[in-house]
Amino acid sequence: MKNIKYTILALATITGTLFTSCSSDDDAAPVVVNEEEVITTVTVTLAPITGSTITLTSRDLDGDGPDAPVLTVSGNLEANTAYNGSVVLLNETESPAENITTEVEEEDDEHQLFYTVGGGLNVTTNGFNLDGNGNVLGTTFMLTTGAASTGTFTVTLRHEPTKPNTGLTDAGGETDVSATFTDVTIQ
Amino acid sequence: MRTYLCMILLCSTMIAQSQNCNYTLSGKIIDLHDNSVLPGATLIIAGLEKVVESDIDGLYTFTNLCEGTYTIQIAHPNCDTQAFKVKISSNTKRNFKLEHHLEELNAITLLASIYGSKTKTSFEQKVTEKQLDRFANASLGDVLNTLSGVSSLNTGNTLVKPMINGLHSSRVVIMNNGVRMEDQEWGAEHAPSIDINSVGNITLIKGAIGLKYSGDAVGGLIITEAAKIPVKDTIYGKTHVAAASNGRGGVITSSLTKSYLNGWYGSIQGSLKRFGDYETPDYVLSNTGIYSRNIAARIGINRFDYGVEAYYSFFKNEIGILRASHIGGASDQVRSINSGVPLIIRDFTYDIDNPKQDVTHHLFKIRGFKNFKNLGKVTLQYDFQRNERLEFDVRRSSDDDDRASLDLALNSQTIRLDLDTDNTDLFNLKTGIMAQYQENVANPNTGVRRLIPDYERFNFGIYGVADFSITDNFLVEVGGRFDYFNIDAQKFYRSSFWEDRNYDILFPEIVVEVFGNQLLTNPKLDYSNVSATLGTRYTFNDDYKLFANYSLASRAPNPSELFSEGLHHSASRIELGDLRFNSEIAHKVSVTLQKQGNTFGFSVNPYINFINDFILIEPTEIQQTIRGNFQVWEYRQTNATLVGVDVDASLTFNDNWNFYHQFSLVKGNDETRDLPLIDMPPVNTTNGLVYINKELKNLRVELKSEYTFRQNEFPDNNFEAFIPETSTQELVDVSTPPDAYHLLHLHTNADFSLSKNSTLNIGVSVSNIFDTNYRNYLNRLRYYADDLGRNFSINLKITY
Repeated sequence: MKNIKYTILALATITGTLFTSCSSDDDAAPVVVNEEEVITTVTVTLAPITGSTITLTSRDLDGDGPDAPVLTVSGNLEANTAYNGSVVLLNETESPAENITTEVEEEDDEHQLFYTVGGGLNVTTNGFNLDGNGNVLGTTFMLTTGAASTGTFTVTLRHEPTKPNTGLTDAGGETDVSATFTDVTIQ
Repeated sequence: MRTYLCMILLCSTMIAQSQNCNYTLSGKIIDLHDNSVLPGATLIIAGLEKVVESDIDGLYTFTNLCEGTYTIQIAHPNCDTQAFKVKISSNTKRNFKLEHHLEELNAITLLASIYGSKTKTSFEQKVTEKQLDRFANASLGDVLNTLSGVSSLNTGNTLVKPMINGLHSSRVVIMNNGVRMEDQEWGAEHAPSIDINSVGNITLIKGAIGLKYSGDAVGGLIITEAAKIPVKDTIYGKTHVAAASNGRGGVITSSLTKSYLNGWYGSIQGSLKRFGDYETPDYVLSNTGIYSRNIAARIGINRFDYGVEAYYSFFKNEIGILRASHIGGASDQVRSINSGVPLIIRDFTYDIDNPKQDVTHHLFKIRGFKNFKNLGKVTLQYDFQRNERLEFDVRRSSDDDDRASLDLALNSQTIRLDLDTDNTDLFNLKTGIMAQYQENVANPNTGVRRLIPDYERFNFGIYGVADFSITDNFLVEVGGRFDYFNIDAQKFYRSSFWEDRNYDILFPEIVVEVFGNQLLTNPKLDYSNVSATLGTRYTFNDDYKLFANYSLASRAPNPSELFSEGLHHSASRIELGDLRFNSEIAHKVSVTLQKQGNTFGFSVNPYINFINDFILIEPTEIQQTIRGNFQVWEYRQTNATLVGVDVDASLTFNDNWNFYHQFSLVKGNDETRDLPLIDMPPVNTTNGLVYINKELKNLRVELKSEYTFRQNEFPDNNFEAFIPETSTQELVDVSTPPDAYHLLHLHTNADFSLSKNSTLNIGVSVSNIFDTNYRNYLNRLRYYADDLGRNFSINLKITY
């Protein structure tokens, strides 16, 4: 009988201590977590041998938050011109902004960039840079314009694609970036 | 030592008073539940070693007793052994009530057990240890799936979440050894953290009827208990080894129990389970392996009038998630769904890679009870649980492979005091109070925003349940419960979401600090919930019972429903919770007609559940992100109605052959929008033929057929996504349920006696005999891959 009472008493005491001891550290505010994985900004720079450089930027500072990415195209492309293309991926939620292109280039065999043209835009891409295994990486490329036209230009970054491949359709992998610039014009 | 003293004292008083020794003690042994007589009970007078047995009418007689007080121990194969004190000073008539339970009804779900009923007026379904033995390889959800009215929400075949009458997650409460599981059960892809091999028996209660346990079990209650330990000097154990062809793995589990006549006991159990990639009829399901470990120990003393038990269990589960299910935006979804086979199929391996889950659950409990003479049984229990959940995603940089994307630790402590006045004849009262403190800590080092914020939750509950026997055949049970919840969270919101939701106007006062484009807020939420039950049980014609129940359940929104805000990778969708939610309130009416009999038995259970402010998640729009389009799923509250019926039946042809049947149907409707509810289990029926031969090594052969109809009632959540490579908008079909399917399984087992005290039970099974290709509507990975193909398994169990 007595033993039981003591046990119950002991239990109550232990519990009391546990309850109080666990609620002592609640004053500390949690640390903010900035999304490290996120790519906020994709900038494609198209530099001709002569003439003005064109940039296409997609920026989405709230990541998968409700704000849609803001797409800007700095100007029109010249007809029948060759451009040196390069892409820069940034995470601008961090300060200073993290350059994710470097990370992609370090793990080049696990990534690939694709440039897709749609809606009658008269453009071809080739001359992609290669990964360590001699397959396409695509952080730099050549873009050649044809006759004056208007259409879409999509930049896609795939993670762990099947390499080599013939394009997005058989590349597989997961999409890390998919930015479609509409109304890209060649004049 | 005290015990022996007591016994000596007890004996000496009897000797001292032995003047007149011609008295008789006689009476009846009666079932506490339905007052039927219990033949074959053994009565022993402690100290005198006089033994008698109750006859076919439950009658017993002791003769030549002297004047004095005796302790009589009554044992019955289907009851707990109980002791009663009787004072003899003349010829005495005394009836004893034992808690007796139904005999096994043809070895299907309506089963007997030596364990107490949880409620008196609701129809309960049980799974016994014997049945559990056939599931050593499986999970808790798989076992429950065999009961009518229970289905499961799966993520692949290892994450199996039980669903009762169409409801799941926070609406299904799991009581594990008297402790409410706090294992982040809110997530659809979170399976219960219980090793099936540590469970002695399972009771299922549909609806929020067990108010003692909770008032928010809108779907139902699952009660698992460790095997009961007898009060006698014994040591016993069992070792179970099971191996299966599909997944090329197996389980080894072992338990050892030692008990003493003086009430002390100790038991230890451990299991190890390892499977590699599972396979469909046509391909390997890459990265679907599982590695789980469990250890449980308990020690205690169990006397008739008091007892103490300490219990600890450790459960660790590492589960691979189908690699092909981890995808980017909507264009990846289109490719995966249209492909018909998983986009990633690799060779078989035991390795578990990302994406995966690694869940650890600690449960410690200490419980003491004492029977007070004029009061009843008082139980005090304290429990501590810690649930650590790590989810690993496929991350962009392989340097991060070992860094979890989600790292949560949930600590819960509960103390409860219960009083059970189960001694009085007319009216039994069960009442109690409980308090719980819970703390969730999200590790910030994941580099991924917290899915569930840091929070503290306090819960206080008080309940009372009373039952009255109006006549011998008619029992009424009434119960009420009140719960108070307080949540104090520290949540970071994206400023864009905060403003988009108008939270900046609604809750400006909760903003603590601004960090760039994120806000730290401190939501403090209170919920006061009332729940109640009214139930009756009417017994007629000996074989028939009618149960009728009304229950009112209230459930406070869970952290995921309140705070979700962001991309849920494993579902490839953006999920948004809502701070403004109030508690959901369910009114359920359920009726069960049960017939028990030697040749034919059945139960029919129609029900209707009206749920106000039912919280559901559904797609609302398409959101543009830099990774392409994602479907946005928002939680919202609506009024829902669920109607259904569960049927069980069994027919015994003779000693060797019997047949059983199960049928479940449920329909869910969103009343506000007049649309079917998403993820409602399709109609299904299970039929089985069992051959048993007791003479031939207890041979048991069971052929089981499972037919699942196509779900024809579903909301259309399809959407269109832009596909850059074709410059087209394509339909993403995330709604259309898969076709109906039929599966056939065979299970055989037999007992071989190894020595006087040890038996070897061998079981051989084949599931999905015809290697049928199928997909299950309630499997979240059904978009990407088929379900499991044929599986051969072998089970060896040695009891000693």
